[in-house]
Amino acid sequence: MNFKRISVLTATATVGLMIAGSASAGATFDAVKKKGFVQCGVSTGLPGFSATDDKGNWKGIDVDACRAVAAALFGDASKVKYTPLNAKERFTALQSGEVDMLPRNTTWTYTRDTSLGLNFAGVNYYDGQGFMVSKKLGVKSAKELSGAAVCIQAGTTTELNLADYFRANKMEYKAITYDSSDETVKAFEAGRCDMLTSDQSQLYALRIKLSDPSSAIVLPEIISKEPLGPVVRQGDDEWFNLVRWSLFAQINAEEAGVTMKNVDEMMKSADPNIRRILGIEGVKGEFLGVEDKWAYNIIKQVGNYGEMFERNVGEGSALKISRGLNALWNKGGIQYAPPIR
Amino acid sequence: MADASSERDTPAKPRLLSDPKFRALVFQILASITVAAFIFFIVRNTLHNMELRGISTGFGFLDRASGFGILQSLIEYNETSTYGRTFLVGLLNTILVSALGVFFATIIGFIMGVLRLSSNWLISKLAAVYIEIFRNIPLLLQIFFWYYAIGFNLPGPRQALSVGESLFLSNRGLYLPAPVFEDGFMATGLAIIGSIVAVIFLARWARKRFEATGQLFHTVYASLAILIGVPALVFFATGSPMHLDYPSLQGFNFQGGVAVIPELFALTLALSIYTAAFIAETVRSGIQAVSHGQTEAASALGLRPSWTLRLVVIPQAMRVIIPPLTSQYLNLTKNSSLAAAIGYPDLVAVFAGTTLNQTGQAVEIIAITMSVYLLLSLIISIFMNWYNAKMALRER
Ligand SMILES: N[C@@H](CCC(=O)N[C@@H](CS)C(=O)NCC(=O)O)C(=O)O
Repeated sequence: MNFKRISVLTATATVGLMIAGSASAGATFDAVKKKGFVQCGVSTGLPGFSATDDKGNWKGIDVDACRAVAAALFGDASKVKYTPLNAKERFTALQSGEVDMLPRNTTWTYTRDTSLGLNFAGVNYYDGQGFMVSKKLGVKSAKELSGAAVCIQAGTTTELNLADYFRANKMEYKAITYDSSDETVKAFEAGRCDMLTSDQSQLYALRIKLSDPSSAIVLPEIISKEPLGPVVRQGDDEWFNLVRWSLFAQINAEEAGVTMKNVDEMMKSADPNIRRILGIEGVKGEFLGVEDKWAYNIIKQVGNYGEMFERNVGEGSALKISRGLNALWNKGGIQYAPPIR
Repeated sequence: MADASSERDTPAKPRLLSDPKFRALVFQILASITVAAFIFFIVRNTLHNMELRGISTGFGFLDRASGFGILQSLIEYNETSTYGRTFLVGLLNTILVSALGVFFATIIGFIMGVLRLSSNWLISKLAAVYIEIFRNIPLLLQIFFWYYAIGFNLPGPRQALSVGESLFLSNRGLYLPAPVFEDGFMATGLAIIGSIVAVIFLARWARKRFEATGQLFHTVYASLAILIGVPALVFFATGSPMHLDYPSLQGFNFQGGVAVIPELFALTLALSIYTAAFIAETVRSGIQAVSHGQTEAASALGLRPSWTLRLVVIPQAMRVIIPPLTSQYLNLTKNSSLAAAIGYPDLVAVFAGTTLNQTGQAVEIIAITMSVYLLLSLIISIFMNWYNAKMALRER
């Protein structure tokens, strides 16, 4: 913790010096290619998004965002190194070049996109802020929460949404703001606050971290829009394109029915759309600066969007989150990617 | 000195380049220019590159509405206040916890330092154990310890421990009745200020008289009488223009009264206990630095042991104690920035944390925050240096 705090200060202090190196086009892309791996900024442990399993391997949809980029660039999804960051540290780490991309359940907002020198490459999870309360309180709706003490994590959109919601509904609250998600959860468990608020998916993830998950319930209200997606530094469009299209390739693959299992058979498919996605005809990998099989590599090693979703946060995981907004546009959701052509 | 050099230099024409004073000046100017140029270069380069990368710069954000709530504020604050105001709120919270910490650390430290030298084996060993334990465990762990041990083990607000339905202790903090001042309170306020001034003059007079005649005056009792008596008289004479606002449980939490949040409590406790362990050692070494002959001489003169300590040992020990004590005060103030770890809204948490994150203006905010700590430290140093000069040996 202490170390973390110091490191964020030093990182911030060095931003000045680091930024002194000039920003030339393609700098990140070339640097990543040269060093041979993607440095990936993830959370300090949020099951389903980015957390280590019992063998110490990073797992989650944010982790897979980096693995997809590595698969496209190097043909090997394992060429990724991870930097765990708490909410406060993340943008500084990206700005100063400590990480190459930041897919850390980070909400795409106007301020972040326009004033931090960063760009959001897409949305890998449509979320919204919710509330988790202890069952004991007997509360059914967030509207009953006036006067409540709320545990939140510093450096998140959560802090502002919470204030907005309570102000708009003319309710009082006391926010206790912690640096790390572990402490936020601990304080909630110990009863320091009546509720914990965060993006709803993360509430489910944090709930399974409680010693008794059934002691808490997630309230139905969603009070904000939280489109989460990978972020990169401004000024390197090649890198931005690669990150963006790695995600789009996964979504397009799901739509076309190309999966991890059938991708080799699909190489023989006559469907021109599938042939383009897999780099067999029409488009060239060189547009992105990678080999033609780039999307094949992503699907083969990481899977399409749906597979990735189910494995990490859906039915195949402890979270059991339904697709909801994250279903494809033609299946009742809003996940939609421009075509590969 | 000037004579000697002019005598030596008279025969030859004074050559500037071989004059050591001149050379020193030249090198100092050169060094300053280099440092200034370096800073200028860094700042310009940073600004230029931040612009290139589309990172906004400047201090305009200080006027924008913050939009977030802060747990504890000594001044009026809400979500529509500006980021400039969040800075003030954070700063005051830092000053509050530092001042409380310095106050308690000094008291505990002095007591422990004196006990450490007690001739009673058990007492001196207990003090030694205290010092060794708290000096050697990292402060951050101690902060967590007190926070989890105290803040998290208290009952919830609905089962709060209460004293006479006016004082409530729960995991939401300690709620106390708050004084609410009414219109006529001005007079009492003036009476308080007046009696403080009176006490200062009384102390001066008593001291002068003691130095001139050797007669002692009961300054402490007299001061207490003035400090309490006069304001109390005025207060009742003007019809008790103040009432208490009692906290009460409403919904989830207590409303009304004043709250001491567990974060403040745990942080103050940890900072005081940790720093007191160092102060105790400083006090011990200071006392031991006073030669034993002084104590013997004092008892030979027939001074009582408590007087020996107060009039002979402590004044001399203070000269040894104050400089390291100053560093401890500085450390405590800077260590208070660990507050963010347990959610106490100090300057680092509120300004260098949330505000930085909402605005993204890392360079400006960290620069402001660092300057503030520098300034706080300088103020403490200046005050302690003044006090040190005052305590220095004076010949009479
Ligand atoms: N999506 C929001 C919130 C992101 C966030 O940091 N959420 C917390 C949930 S309490 C988290 O992921 N913490 C994990 C960590 O700090 O490692 C944002 O971008 O500001």
